[in-house]
Amino acid sequence: MGRWNRKTLLLCTALFVVLLLLPAILPRFYTYILASIFVTSLLAMSLNLVVGHGGLYQFHHCAFYGVSAYTVALLITKAHVPYWIAFGAGPLAAALVGFLIGWFCVRLSKLYFGMLQISLGSLIWALAFRWYSLTGGDDGIHGISMPDLISSTKNSYYFVLIVLTISLILMYIILKSPFGTTLQATRDNPERCEAVGINVRRHQLAALIISTFFAGVAGILYVVVEQSVFPDLLFWVFSLEIFIMCLLGGWFTFAGPIIGAAIMVSLRTFVGVYTEYWTLVLGVLLILLIFFLPEGVMGFVLDKFGTSATHRETGGSH
Amino acid sequence: MEQGHTLTLAAFGSHLLVGLSRAMILFIVSSGLSFVLGVLRVPNVAHGSLYMIGAFAAYAVFTAVGGGSTGFWLALIAAPLVVAAVSFGAERSLFCRLYEREHLMLLLFTFALMLILDDLVKIIWGAEYRSIMAPDYLKGSIIVFGSSFPRYNLFLLAAGPVVAVALWLFTNKTKIGKIARAAAVDREMVGAVGINVSWVFAFAFVLGCFLAGLGGALVAPTVSITLGMDHDIIIEAFLIVTIGGLGNIWGAMVGSLIFGITQSFGVLLWPQFAIVFPYAAVVIVLLMRPTGLLKSVW
Repeated sequence: MGRWNRKTLLLCTALFVVLLLLPAILPRFYTYILASIFVTSLLAMSLNLVVGHGGLYQFHHCAFYGVSAYTVALLITKAHVPYWIAFGAGPLAAALVGFLIGWFCVRLSKLYFGMLQISLGSLIWALAFRWYSLTGGDDGIHGISMPDLISSTKNSYYFVLIVLTISLILMYIILKSPFGTTLQATRDNPERCEAVGINVRRHQLAALIISTFFAGVAGILYVVVEQSVFPDLLFWVFSLEIFIMCLLGGWFTFAGPIIGAAIMVSLRTFVGVYTEYWTLVLGVLLILLIFFLPEGVMGFVLDKFGTSATHRETGGSH
Repeated sequence: MEQGHTLTLAAFGSHLLVGLSRAMILFIVSSGLSFVLGVLRVPNVAHGSLYMIGAFAAYAVFTAVGGGSTGFWLALIAAPLVVAAVSFGAERSLFCRLYEREHLMLLLFTFALMLILDDLVKIIWGAEYRSIMAPDYLKGSIIVFGSSFPRYNLFLLAAGPVVAVALWLFTNKTKIGKIARAAAVDREMVGAVGINVSWVFAFAFVLGCFLAGLGGALVAPTVSITLGMDHDIIIEAFLIVTIGGLGNIWGAMVGSLIFGITQSFGVLLWPQFAIVFPYAAVVIVLLMRPTGLLKSVW
């Protein structure tokens, strides 16, 4: 186990260094695509905190991502506050909304949880979509200026990479902490947890707030990379796409969602070049995945080559 | 669109009627969703796509026949059957193999189905706007409450209750309907008494999708038939089913009425934010009764 950990650590460090060096040789477009993958990865990772590790049906995750992105965009374009304050406000707004929505949602079980969240999230979407004077409605907000330090494609790439790395480390620590392991216990056997005196709902709510906070961080990164926001960020279809990234990559593994996000963003970018029917390709791929790789890509790889550390009871199959 | 309306009784009445007829479409679609949810316990994300296919199929039949009254009625009958056939194919070829699997996988499958069906519609019919016409005797308006009201909406107002009663009779008075309801409550027991549960599920799924197709065919004369018409209806149907009580047909009716009426009064009161009203109503209902207004079947 110890050796495996050291190997993983080494591998991750090597990967990080390679990623740091990549923009020097990659064309600008690919740097941008990689940055998009990082942003989406962080979003998927934050979702997986509650879905994979917490067993909650978080059906409208991108609402929090969008709240943060809109907060940042509005604070910069309308209120002209300093950038770093706007960046700080984004995740806090997301976590606050996460707390408010979560406070109601965690009382409900599985499907009702997801449904209530979809309705509350759709309310936010409807506001962003309709409040023309504030949010620009359908058109969104474009040309959000960024501080000089991170305004170029290359620099925004570095910024995103560093923030992603820090966030991943934090998430890893959280998951390995007593809180994280308790959370996973509440996923696998909530009744037992209640019986031994764990407040399941409070753990779920805390996980939700943490998860929405990181979704908010991803929201900032989105604004940094795209320098625009639009209501589709908050649309429920996008939430399902993120959900799929988690399942695709392997939702019972730590890094699975990153793989899922990379596959989805690449598919959209590169299949989208050849055909306008990229969702058809995605749909077929998804069906293949459901039938042949139910544990996701990462789950499959770990099963074949890795440790048995990811073994688990099938949570939520009732 | 609705500017210039003052809060007169006439405006109130006509918005109520518009809201009610919208509610009927919502009911037909969401009752199908609710039925599938009740029996299979799967939120069928592809339901909206099937509704869209219903509308496009109605267009295809309508133009193939050459329009007119015959075309309209034929489209109304054939389109839901096309949708039922599509769903039957998907169910028997792939979906039925997943019943033993984790629940999220079923949900995921319906999402994949939605992605595929949406693109197939794009391939077959393209991205243009289409429309069909109701027969002459359903066109035009009549005067109700001192303001004009489209005849077709009255037709919808009649169609909704007919579907509701038919569905009720079907699930309560026929054998297969009773089996389906039993499977919703206790599928193991239904299997134990020797009934092929997989076929019961197939039947429920196809019936639910048929209703989506029927909704699409019914709405076709009143809207422009286009890609993306599925996205709104599916989320609305989900919310309606949730506030009504999962799997409860009458709950779907209550939910549709709440949704349709708040939507049309939203247009009357504050056009720009009309879309917010029904969502807010849903939130209020769920905060007061988190598991829906009527009893969920499971």
